[in-house]
Amino acid sequence: MTSKQKKMLLRILISAVLLVAAVLIPVEGPWRFLLFLPAYFTIGWDVLWKAVVNISHGQVFDENFLMALATVGAFCTGFFGDGEYPEAVFVMLFYQVGELFQSYAVGKSRRSIASLMDIRPNYANIERDGVLEQVDPEDIAVGDIIVIKPGERAPLDGIVREGSSALDTAALTGESLPREVGVGDAVTSGCVNMSGLLRVEVTKPFEESTVSKILDLVENSSSKKAKAENFITKFARYYTPIVVCSAVALAVLPPLILGGGWGDWVQRALIFLVVSCPCALVISVPLSFFGGIGGASKQGILVKGGNYLEALAQAETMVFDKTGTLTQGIFRVAGTYPQGCTEAELLETAALVESYSDHPISRSLKDAWGRDPEPGRVTEAEELSGRGVRAKVDGKTVCAGNSKFMEELGVEYASCQQVGTAVHVAVDGQYAGCVVIADQPKEDAAQAIRELKAEGIRQTVMLTGDRKEVGESVAKELGLDAVYTQLLPADKVEKVEELLRGKSEKGKLAFVGDGINDAPVLSRADIGIAMGGLGSDAAIEAADIVLMDDKPSKIAEAMRISRRTLGIVRQNIVFALAVKAAVLVLSALGMSNMWEAVFADVGVAVLAILNAMRALSLPKK
Amino acid sequence: MKKKFKMVDLDCANCAAKMENAIKKIDGVQDATVSFMAQRLTVEADDSRFEEIMDQIVKTCKKVEPDCQIVR
Repeated sequence: MTSKQKKMLLRILISAVLLVAAVLIPVEGPWRFLLFLPAYFTIGWDVLWKAVVNISHGQVFDENFLMALATVGAFCTGFFGDGEYPEAVFVMLFYQVGELFQSYAVGKSRRSIASLMDIRPNYANIERDGVLEQVDPEDIAVGDIIVIKPGERAPLDGIVREGSSALDTAALTGESLPREVGVGDAVTSGCVNMSGLLRVEVTKPFEESTVSKILDLVENSSSKKAKAENFITKFARYYTPIVVCSAVALAVLPPLILGGGWGDWVQRALIFLVVSCPCALVISVPLSFFGGIGGASKQGILVKGGNYLEALAQAETMVFDKTGTLTQGIFRVAGTYPQGCTEAELLETAALVESYSDHPISRSLKDAWGRDPEPGRVTEAEELSGRGVRAKVDGKTVCAGNSKFMEELGVEYASCQQVGTAVHVAVDGQYAGCVVIADQPKEDAAQAIRELKAEGIRQTVMLTGDRKEVGESVAKELGLDAVYTQLLPADKVEKVEELLRGKSEKGKLAFVGDGINDAPVLSRADIGIAMGGLGSDAAIEAADIVLMDDKPSKIAEAMRISRRTLGIVRQNIVFALAVKAAVLVLSALGMSNMWEAVFADVGVAVLAILNAMRALSLPKK
Repeated sequence: MKKKFKMVDLDCANCAAKMENAIKKIDGVQDATVSFMAQRLTVEADDSRFEEIMDQIVKTCKKVEPDCQIVR
């Protein structure tokens, strides 16, 4: 509790004691009225004061004014009519208790969201003249070597120059598996160093580091308002004046027309005033969105605004880029088809003959073989451009390359059925088989498509610049509905526009890309989702939603979060409006009292806040 | 120029919305948001008159919610 809240609590207690004392003392007439004043002023002086000050500023319909009018009115009906003084004090007391609870709940939820994003580093260790010093991360320049001890958070982005360790990236990606880093690997700010001491060369100033960017993004997310939020602010602007005017009408018209006592109607009008504050709605809607965005960021899903969270719930078409989005974007050995030797022998021969080349294909062969070639085994290596490689391996002439190369050599080869880049190998003019190298789909890609369909995505489309066979085989394997291949970046924009025209009025189109050359498409789609990777600036800039761990299955997770958040928003709006409407109708008919009115104001606000907090936790699958 | 300010004791969401509307109407302010959740004011206004505009913003906010302070 803040000191302001503590003070309020004390006032509430004192006032409650004074109120009880006043009720118990048996005095009649005007003395009784005076007895209740201390309790009333203890609890309500600030409300009265603010009401007066705000009227002088031209702020007529604020809640202080409404509460002041309602309670003073209650006193008056007590003084002149048959009303009761305790009611006026108790309404004010109840109102302040509600306000206190509301401020406490909002503060608590604000803190719990803030702690989710508690990745801001406080200091960086830098070695100066052999002594380790703690300095502000903002004072570190690019090229400085910082020291990250085990248990500390990396304060800036950089490259490991000394040491090796495991990094906990959970705060950034939601991924619980630690990432191993050694010399030459990149370290992203915000990760926690788990085991070894690291010396890291800083590559970006603090303002451009991943942590700063993420914090900036999340802090700014509340400025992009969802439609539901705008609706509520607009609604509040009309709601209060309308209710206040009806209150005046209710107090004046019926007694004039029907005749009879004023007291009863004035009391009903006062109830209207208490209900007229739109606070429950105005607080709970942005709070729900903030909670949803906070909960998503805990999962490594950064949403740039409530409006995108809202749009995602209505997504109906999901368009994917292939390389780097659904596939890993790394070439790997996908299959070996030996002829007259074992798979391991074929792989070893292929890896050895390619060992002098630096082509991505050679690297993937070396990775698959998993060993370093012993010196002397490979001699006379020569690269034949557009065909392949020829070298002597263990004394035998080995040729490895495409089918054209095999034809030129006069070697009979078997054409390969698997889609990908085939490397045919011939040893001393004898065909030894082929190795297929392909970009592999991400582990969770097929699951991601399945989950999205279960979440109600009607159409999944893949766009790729890759060859027809490759694109179609990936699309079939993952279960996409449609695929368009051999597209240039400009063609992708055109295709997305075509799909945008084809979708239904209310449905939204989301494009998922890796942000490298599809920035125009990301901004053209209703929702641009980027594989942010760890620290890719282009993606973070261009997209509306960023997946920090590059996992396509997180999109379904994001959709679940967005649906749930919107559900909570809707519950709050309906609940608050229904209770207020009910109390208004009942009080107009004279069937409601002040208590119910105060509940409809602060009670509903507190319940709506508690409901909004659910947006923070993860939805069930 | 775009600048962010922290707000202390911004206690009511409706007031935040009112402040935002009032600030947007001030001459020279291109855009403004008052985030009740983040307790933060973001103002985009003319460079040359920024300080003067900020004085006016502080006055405007005081009118809506006398308790609330803008940390400059």
